[in-house]
Amino acid sequence: MRDYIIRRVLHAVPTLFAISVFAFIVIQLPPGDFLTTYVANLSASGQVVDEAEVAALREQYGLNQPIYVQYYKWITNFLRGDMGQSFYWNRPVNTLVGERILTTMLISILTLIVTYGLAIPMGILSATRQHTWIDYILTVFGFIGLATPNFLLALILLWIGIQHLGLGGGGLFSPEFLDAPWSLARFWDFLKHVWLPVLIIGTSGIAEIMRVMRATTLDELGKPYVETARSKGLAEGKLVRKYPVRVALNPILSTIGWQLPVIISGSVIVASVLGLPTTGPLLWSALTTQDMFLAASILMILSVLTVVGTLLSDILLAWIDPRIRYSGQEV
Amino acid sequence: MASETQRRIPSPYDEPGVIEFAADEEVLNVLSPRQLMVRRFLKSRLAVLGLVILLVMYTSVIFADFIAPYSPTHRFSKFIHTPPRTIHLFDAEGNWRGPFVYGLEAEVDRVNFQRIFVEDTERIYPIRLFVRGDPYRLWGLIDTDLHLFGVPEVEPEDMGPLYLLGADHFGRDLFSRIVMGGRISLTIGLVGIAISLLIGLVLGGLSGLYGGIVDSVIQRLIEFIRSMPTIPLWMALAAALPPNLPQVQMYFGITIILSFVGWTTLARVIRGKFLQLRSEDFVLAARQAGASELYLIRSHLIPSFMSYILVYLTLAIPGMILGETALSFLGLGLTAPTISWGVLLRDSQDLQAIALHSWILTPALFVVITVLAFNFVGDGLRDAADPYSVREG
Repeated sequence: MRDYIIRRVLHAVPTLFAISVFAFIVIQLPPGDFLTTYVANLSASGQVVDEAEVAALREQYGLNQPIYVQYYKWITNFLRGDMGQSFYWNRPVNTLVGERILTTMLISILTLIVTYGLAIPMGILSATRQHTWIDYILTVFGFIGLATPNFLLALILLWIGIQHLGLGGGGLFSPEFLDAPWSLARFWDFLKHVWLPVLIIGTSGIAEIMRVMRATTLDELGKPYVETARSKGLAEGKLVRKYPVRVALNPILSTIGWQLPVIISGSVIVASVLGLPTTGPLLWSALTTQDMFLAASILMILSVLTVVGTLLSDILLAWIDPRIRYSGQEV
Repeated sequence: MASETQRRIPSPYDEPGVIEFAADEEVLNVLSPRQLMVRRFLKSRLAVLGLVILLVMYTSVIFADFIAPYSPTHRFSKFIHTPPRTIHLFDAEGNWRGPFVYGLEAEVDRVNFQRIFVEDTERIYPIRLFVRGDPYRLWGLIDTDLHLFGVPEVEPEDMGPLYLLGADHFGRDLFSRIVMGGRISLTIGLVGIAISLLIGLVLGGLSGLYGGIVDSVIQRLIEFIRSMPTIPLWMALAAALPPNLPQVQMYFGITIILSFVGWTTLARVIRGKFLQLRSEDFVLAARQAGASELYLIRSHLIPSFMSYILVYLTLAIPGMILGETALSFLGLGLTAPTISWGVLLRDSQDLQAIALHSWILTPALFVVITVLAFNFVGDGLRDAADPYSVREG
């Protein structure tokens, strides 16, 4: 077990390095840099641009140096916990991201829990009540949930909320808690607001896992051992819970690591639509304004979250099911 | 299923699938595997429904200009944000008149200063097939002004245009725009998946065939790409495309970005299949008989997993369609004047607009229906391609 964990952690290091290089290069790809855009905007609005000032800024941000020097500066500072300056907001990236990283993580983890917490019982229900109205409703939900882009779901629910339920638009906190420091009361307020985005982000995952759970449970339910247990007089509920469900859970839990990237990735768009205070909308605006340190840092942070999350879930799985450790060695 | 099980009581030791074949064995024995697949596919009603929907959609892509009643850029400034028109069959006195629309008058509500549209029941405009309208050039070859349907011999401005799905904020016909948008939204998935397939086949094939260092390098590359969250990655790459690119280049740029992630799963699947098949008896036999590597791949390996790949492709297209929609919706993908469903949905970013003119969300309905149809067809293909499947769900 210890060897497995060490091996997996060592594996993650080159991946993270590659991601950091990649994130930085991608951010550099657009022609020009933030200063060019900045200067263009100033000239467009008729202001006089001081060449010396621009040159000074260029010097300060190291924009006139070759790209690998810029990368080296960025990554060493990043590792020390300094993510640089946001050009657009004119504030350190640390404070900008710091405000939002906790909500991002909370939403992702909550979504993961809710996804599995809902999808597994729904799948079992759908399988054990096959060809009943419950099964049909859940099946329809499954198909629609898979087919609807989640930002659209966000738009529609937001519209229903405003139009028919008289709710205020989106947000994660009541106004009085918006800028308050974290406290128990604020956390409670957060929980009262967070369920909607969590459900929206989770819908496609719930639909998918539910369908898989239904299919595998159905396969198991048709097997002879179930018939045997039933003929021996085992109560139906206990029978399903004890055997087929356990077998059916295995393939689902083994993909738990893949679910996290999907959630983190989906939350970016949903958060942008709902205007949630997470890193998603920040990434969006940073990308459209070519705010490169901010964009690269968020891309990096989201990837780190994904890699670490996958790592944790792999380790958890290996702990639950030793067979995974052994099969992992061969590859 | 019921009648078949009555004839022969299935025992748990039966090979799955035998029950199904037992029904009309004589017919099935003479059918080729492909014919068997088609038979099983046609049995699934949802899959056939999906296929029909897709056929209709893709046909309308080919004849988009002809099906759209108006040019997608034709602005009827008098009729901004007109709700979808009601198609009447009976006139005010209850007489059958065939499909028609009443004349439409735009008025301003003096109380809350909103535009309202009133039907003028005196003026009746019948809807006809094959009418003359906005000129266009079909497939860039044929100049014509023939449209599938419309109201003949009257200027749209005088009668209130035939807005099947309403008008946008410039008074352009939303239905025409959706039909034209389908050209991009529906094909971007196909082109994207084709690129993914090509890369996946080459890299996955190399990985599975040669193993060793090639395999390790490709597997690490796949792991690396897959460890990044997809949508932020797409967003970053899309933002790197210069915004003033010509439409065609932008289109291919976005497709390549979408395939950038898409090929990885495919390569994995293909690698697995290669590894599995490499040691199969028939492949070994062919190799012993002196078959070249290329011949082996072309004639034995690829045909034996093609049906599997086909299923996989069908199920992967929706992801690409949703990806394009999401990127364009965020303004990082295609942008106006290009028309795609994602671009059309950009108008719905504003909640106020949705609240007042909810029909601007209709492009979303088309996205959902397309994705559903692909899923149905994919599920049907999967069940049909697997000879041992006795699916009851």
